[in-house]
Amino acid sequence: MALPLKYNFRNVVVRWRSSMTTVLGIGAVVAVVIVLRAMARGIEASSGNTGDPRNVLVVRKGSQAESGSLVTREHFRTVQYLDEVARNENGEAVASAEVIVMVTAPRRGGGGEANTLLRGITPRGIELRPQVRLVDGRWFDPGHREVVVSRRLGRRFEGFEVGGTLRAGPTVLSIVGHFDAGGSAFDSEVWLDADEARSIFDREQYSSILVRPRDEAALQSLVNRVENDKQLTLRAEREVDYYAKQTATALPIKIVASLLGGAMSLGAVFAAMNTMYASVASRTREIGTLRVLGFSRRAVVASFLIEGGILAGIGGAVGCLLALPMNGYSAGTLDFQTFAETLFEFRVTPDLMAAGIAFAVSIGVVGSLLPALRAARLPVISALKSL
Amino acid sequence: MAAEPIVQVRELSKIYRQGDLDVVALNGVSIDIFPREFVALMGPSGSGKSTLLHIVAGIDRATRGTVLVQGIDVAGLNESQLAEWRNQNVGFVFQTFNLIPVLTARENVELPLLLTRLNGSERRRQVETALQLVGLADRMHHRPDQLSGGQQQRVAIARALVTDPALVVADEPTGNLDAKSAADVLSILQALSRDSGKTVIMVTHDPKAAAYGTRSLHLEKGEIVA
Repeated sequence: MALPLKYNFRNVVVRWRSSMTTVLGIGAVVAVVIVLRAMARGIEASSGNTGDPRNVLVVRKGSQAESGSLVTREHFRTVQYLDEVARNENGEAVASAEVIVMVTAPRRGGGGEANTLLRGITPRGIELRPQVRLVDGRWFDPGHREVVVSRRLGRRFEGFEVGGTLRAGPTVLSIVGHFDAGGSAFDSEVWLDADEARSIFDREQYSSILVRPRDEAALQSLVNRVENDKQLTLRAEREVDYYAKQTATALPIKIVASLLGGAMSLGAVFAAMNTMYASVASRTREIGTLRVLGFSRRAVVASFLIEGGILAGIGGAVGCLLALPMNGYSAGTLDFQTFAETLFEFRVTPDLMAAGIAFAVSIGVVGSLLPALRAARLPVISALKSL
Repeated sequence: MAAEPIVQVRELSKIYRQGDLDVVALNGVSIDIFPREFVALMGPSGSGKSTLLHIVAGIDRATRGTVLVQGIDVAGLNESQLAEWRNQNVGFVFQTFNLIPVLTARENVELPLLLTRLNGSERRRQVETALQLVGLADRMHHRPDQLSGGQQQRVAIARALVTDPALVVADEPTGNLDAKSAADVLSILQALSRDSGKTVIMVTHDPKAAAYGTRSLHLEKGEIVA
């Protein structure tokens, strides 16, 4: 039979000074690990929920990112008139040829400059992306030097409010609206008219084509047709699949999270070990007494492991509380394919917190193992005689 | 006095190794202790009286010789059997009380019962009976640091009694107490042997304490001298 849990809880409370040190130490480790993972989650989410499963993105064969792709006007015309492409009520092909350009803009609060992605879209571009909603101002008028920026970018860059301006070389673009892209990758973009973009940046060609096939069967057929047409030298892919692959940018952060988490948890294990050793040392006679009363070695080991687990579990909960304010915090990271700043929100989810607490408890249990074994190995008589 | 001894000690020796030196703590001790006896083990420091008590109570092991308690060869039990045997057959009272500081009087007394099959209400009843016996039913919810030394030792006696063991061992139980508290504790131990049928073995070097017992055994240099 095990020792009552209240024995462990009260010991944690009574020894609150040393308990606090361990709790805060483990709390800090757990907070860092949760925040890093929340960051990776956010980055994954921003590319993960981008796109519409009904859309197909067409880029040049061999290009890894949209920004590095070139699509001619002939290509656009060919693709647009393929049978598989859906038509809207006006009989127009639901397809948008787009231009991707990088511009630099000053960060708010004097944080230097950062790259941001400018997307020139043709009139169907908005209709192809129902997840993007106008939240302030109006959409740009084709043929005008007007742009609409994401609300999130508006908060990060200087002068990105509605009525503000954006400089692209010698050209000044007026910001006429803010959109919200629901946390997707488009939240890191500035949108304008594609032909306007081609003229400002002196581009003969587009970067990509986004197209909506009539149905699922048409989608498959379109992908096959584009892929197999040697004349086109284009690659077609479901839009969501294209963005899901961009998730790779979260990988370095995941690696850092694991390395940092690993190193810090090693430190935390030693901290827990230290606390539990001190706890065992000051309770040697108590342990002797429990053994005299008939409690087995195993019960003593279990009790100290549980106590370490409780202590670290509290630390884990503290870590979650420390990490929680980061939930929803918006930040930017460099997209290594486009070199543009990609915005994402930290996502401290319940499952991350549960994992954090479980991680903390395991730190506590591992850290308590040696002290617990030491406590149990002591011969009863010498434990009793200790002061 | 009953015919069968509850404790039979034969040719008991205990030799400690201290550095390169062998220290003889007990040297061929043989004694019989009978049920309902209240035996005081006396002698100067280092005479081996505590060692004898510890071996009889199953918390230390002899180098040679045998100890039978209620006919059971204590040396023949392994570590976990010994723990279980102690829990069921021996009640312990220490000089320094050895209560668990974070637990209340009631919880301290309940500890040995957690190793039995008794359910919660049965345990509570036994704990209350034991605390009433030592006159501390009204201090049940106090922690040790809220009790006087004498009260703490009475809680410790209640803990020793709660499993209803045949044998109660006490190692200098009055060593840390004032005269009045010491007298209370000794009276309780005396009542245990006289009225409750327990066998009590007490180590003391205070002749006044020993006078509460039914018999005194004197040890010197590891041997019984009287």
